[in-house]
Order: sequence, then C-alpha cells, then structure tokens
Amino acid sequence: MDMYKKIFFLFLFLFQSNAFALIEVDITRGNLNPLPVAVSPLSIDEVSKKEFEKILKKENIGSEISSIVEKNLKTSGLFNPLNKDAFLQEPDIANLKPRFEDWNLIKAQALITGKVSFVDEKLRVEFRLWDVLAGREMMALAFTTVPTNWRRVGHIISDKVYQRLTGEKGYFDTRIIYVAEEGPKTKRVKKLAIMDQDGSNNKFLTLGNELVLTPRFNPNSQMVTYLSYFRNLPRVYLLDIETGTQEVVGDFPGMTFAPRFSPDGKKIIMSFAKDGNSDIYTMDLENRIVDKITNHPSIDTSPSYSPDGKYICFNSDRSGYQQIYIMDSNGKNVKRISFGKGLYGTPVWSPRGDLIAFTKLHKGKFYIGVMRTDGTGERLLTENYYQEAPSWSPNGRVLIFYRETKTDEKGEGFSAKLWSIDLTGYNERQVVTPTDASDPSWSSLLSN
Amino acid sequence: MRFNKILKNALLVILACFALTACATKKVSTGQMQGDVYTGTDTVEYLASGVPDRVFFATNESVLTTASRETLRKQAAWLRKNSKVNIVLEGHADERGTREYNLALGERRANAAKDYLMTYGISSDRISVLSYGKERPVDSGSNPLAWSKNRRSVTVKAN
Repeated sequence: MDMYKKIFFLFLFLFQSNAFALIEVDITRGNLNPLPVAVSPLSIDEVSKKEFEKILKKENIGSEISSIVEKNLKTSGLFNPLNKDAFLQEPDIANLKPRFEDWNLIKAQALITGKVSFVDEKLRVEFRLWDVLAGREMMALAFTTVPTNWRRVGHIISDKVYQRLTGEKGYFDTRIIYVAEEGPKTKRVKKLAIMDQDGSNNKFLTLGNELVLTPRFNPNSQMVTYLSYFRNLPRVYLLDIETGTQEVVGDFPGMTFAPRFSPDGKKIIMSFAKDGNSDIYTMDLENRIVDKITNHPSIDTSPSYSPDGKYICFNSDRSGYQQIYIMDSNGKNVKRISFGKGLYGTPVWSPRGDLIAFTKLHKGKFYIGVMRTDGTGERLLTENYYQEAPSWSPNGRVLIFYRETKTDEKGEGFSAKLWSIDLTGYNERQVVTPTDASDPSWSSLLSN
Repeated sequence: MRFNKILKNALLVILACFALTACATKKVSTGQMQGDVYTGTDTVEYLASGVPDRVFFATNESVLTTASRETLRKQAAWLRKNSKVNIVLEGHADERGTREYNLALGERRANAAKDYLMTYGISSDRISVLSYGKERPVDSGSNPLAWSKNRRSVTVKAN
C-alpha cells in the first residue's frame, strides 16, 4: 500500500505571475549572504483556530506551519528568515496586499504570506510568495489535506519557495531512515528508525533485539533494504515501512550485506561473502533471479547504481587497498576512478548523475568528498576523526552522513551523530536525533 | 583461482615477515604489539587450558602471523580431541574503516583462520564463520593498542 497516495492533497489553483524574478538564489556556490526573507505567520480565523486546536492540540496552527517553513529555509543556509518582531503588517492584511515599503524597510527581499482555514473537516492552506523589491507576486498556491498532515504542509510550502527562488527542486518534504544507537560501544544496541528530514515524527521500526545496519530507501521511499543479524545470520532484508512486513532477500549460503535498490526499484544490488571473498550480486525482486556482477578474489562491496541504471560504482581492494571503481551494470568494463592519496570507500552516485560522493581515509583522518564519475575534480567537503556513509538529498545539493567521536583514555565519551553538509562544503550542521545515530539514508521527495 | 590465492597468501606472509623484521629492527614493539599486531593477552580467553580463543591481525590485513598459526594449531589439536565440538569463527575489524568494507574484512579474517584449521584436519562441517565487522569491539578505546585488540578472529564453541 502506498501511504503517500492515500494522503489526500488537492491542489486547488496555481497561478504564477509571469513577471521575471528579480530575486534569485545561486545554490552552486557557498552562500555567504543568505537571502533575507520574511515569513509572515499564516493568518487564521477564530473558528478555524478553535477547530484545529481541538484536533491538533496546537494553539495556532498557522504560526506552527510558518515556523516549519522558517526553520527549513534557515537550515538550507540559502535564506535568512527575519525576526517576526520587526514585522509591521498584520498577517491577514499582508496576505491580501502587502505594503511593500514596510517589508522593504526591514530589508526583506522575499515575503511569504498565507492563510489557513478549516473547510469540510480539512485543512485548507493558501500561500503567496512576493518579490518585495519588484512589488509583485511570484507564486500563489492553495491546497487541502487532512489536518494531521500539517507538518508536511509546512515542508511542501518550503519546497515550493525553494524551487521558485533557486530554480531547483527542494528536499524538505522528505524523510531520513537511519540506525538509532544506544548503549556501550562494545555492546551497541541498534534499531532502525525513521523521521522527517527536520527530525520530527521520529519512529523506531525495529526493537533492537538484533543488530541492524545500513538501511536504504527504494525510489518511492515505501520500502527499505537493510542488513539484519536476525538469528546471528547476517542477511539483507526488505522491509515495507507501512505494513512492517519483512523478508530475507534471496537464499544465499553466507553473509549478504551492503544492499541498495536499483533506480527502477526492481532489483537489489548487494555483496555476498563466501570463503573470504566478497563479490557483488543483484537479485530481481519480481522473478528472484540472481546475477553475479563481479567475480574477483578481492573484496568488492558498497555498490551504487547511476541514476540511469547503466553503471555501478563500487568499492574494491583489488589494487591492494580500498579504492573506487565503476563498471557497466552487467559487470563489464571495470575501471578504477580514485587515484588520490589514501583509501576510498562508500561511493554513492548523485541523483543528478554527475558526481560520486565517498568516504576517504588519509593519514588518520576521515573525509567526506565528491568526485566526477571519471574520478576527476575530487573535492573534500569535511574532515574529522571518523565519519562515513554519505547519502544524497533528492535534489543532489546536500549530503547527510554520520560522525563518531574519539573516546578518552578510559574508552569513554563515544557518540555517533548525523550531520549534513552542502555540496559547496558550506552549511555543515548536526541533524538532531533522540538517540545516537548512524547510517542515514535520504528519501525521495514524498510529494511533487 | 585457489592456487592463485595460496600464492598470494604465501607472498603476503613473506611480505609480512619482512615487515615484521623491519619493525623489529625499529623497535616498534611496545610489549603488547609487534608492528601493529596485538601480542598481549588482556582480552584473550581460553577454549581449554593452554588453548587461546583468538588470533590478531595487522591493519587491513587477513594474513596469519606466526603466533596466530601457533594458536590455531593448538585449537586444531584441541578440536581433534573434542570431535563433537563445533565452532563459530567470529571475524572482527577495528573502528578505523568504513562499515561495509569492514564486514567483508571480518569475513576474510575469519576465513583465514578457518582455512588454517582445515589444513590441520578440522572438517569445514564443524566450522561456521560470522563477521561482525567493526560492530563488536572488545576495547572501546580510540588508540592503536585498542584497535589492535579489536582486529581479531575469535573461535567460539557453537554447542
């Protein structure tokens, strides 16, 4: 069952002024001057306010939704939401017709206004994006959904604004699946967990009875493939997030690990280890046909498809040390692409197709970096004691990964946390989770 | 394939010997490590009197050291005497590597131990292999000595 199809989003009208935008945000460079934007609280009438308070236990759902938008825009590093105390115009009037001089006075370049109402038991939201300098409306959109979806409404507005101002799709209406960790380093308890991109709605998907590692979404983000040590047999599993149904992938006489979906979601690609040798295999989820993709006495692991499904990048120590290779999806034309100093691991193909993100170990430090698919243009984004496993935002502009701390002389002080960083190397920030966390995987955009 | 692997292993053993002598002359040995292979007994448990349960590895390596081979010969002798005992070889890596590669490395290390036990007459039917990668360190320290204790293959009684 597709839970996101069940969610009822009705887009009522969309009209876009054809004035060319004076404001635009360049996301290809580190943005040191984020765009000043005023997010006026969504206005709400008294009747609707009371109804939503009853259903959602939130005093003012209009303000709550606009706080989500504000937080998302700020987190992106591209926007600077201005302090509401400085706003001169009331939300309801601003939504009808902003007094641009007032917004100009507080140096806002873009303004977001809107209103929420309770219509037929549903949450109806309309919002507008205004170009303050040009004094024009840039976008107006309204939609209706079930009230419990109010957080997603905030994320969808954020995505629309991001897209209108940067020219690229956003990544706010998304989720992160990851491994929640607790307990001492020598006996870590690990559970699968899922949360919204901004850390809310955290939910544990397994109980922690067995070790679980490396969850990854399928393309529509309904299924997850991961490694579980159920009954002490490390195998790749498939989990349906909504129903909770789990199954082993294939019938391999040994450890299977490092799973990912193919871009069409029909296959799982993974490593199978036998007799000290790990090779890469695929299994078709419909007809269960297994194909052996690599055949080499070295370790071949961490496979990741190109978005068009034609190529696979992977990690191999066939040269003597861990390096990154690419090959055709049938295993032919294997080529090493990492030639810098150090060891390279965890290659992941960008959703835009042009870059491969990786983990690098050099002189006792771990780096998250990117390189072109032919291995040129290597760029290291961040350096730390330990960090690995980058996963791309669906628009290919942000990477999420995990970082572990060094313990002290007594072996204490260990922690594992999720972090994100822009492709530009700027805007590094912790993604807050209720427990320690590792192995993040970013979903696709849940709505469009 | 098989022959190649043996050749490769032999070559690695020779190289490792060179590395070890090189290290010995540089006096890197700290009393608990030779090169970066753990030689102490802090974490070692015993399957029976005089039969240590684990062997240790150099960084990124799955080559058995002289001491490891001696330990495994003792284990093989004990297993021959106790023919009803089955074992699990649990392969581990230190924390200084990516998770997925370390899973493969742990598997390779445990299999190096398995291959050696088999050459001393222990049937593969009695041995299963389980890699934990870097998931189950014995020492939670972030220093070379702790890492050396964690790069190991542990022989565990399965029944």
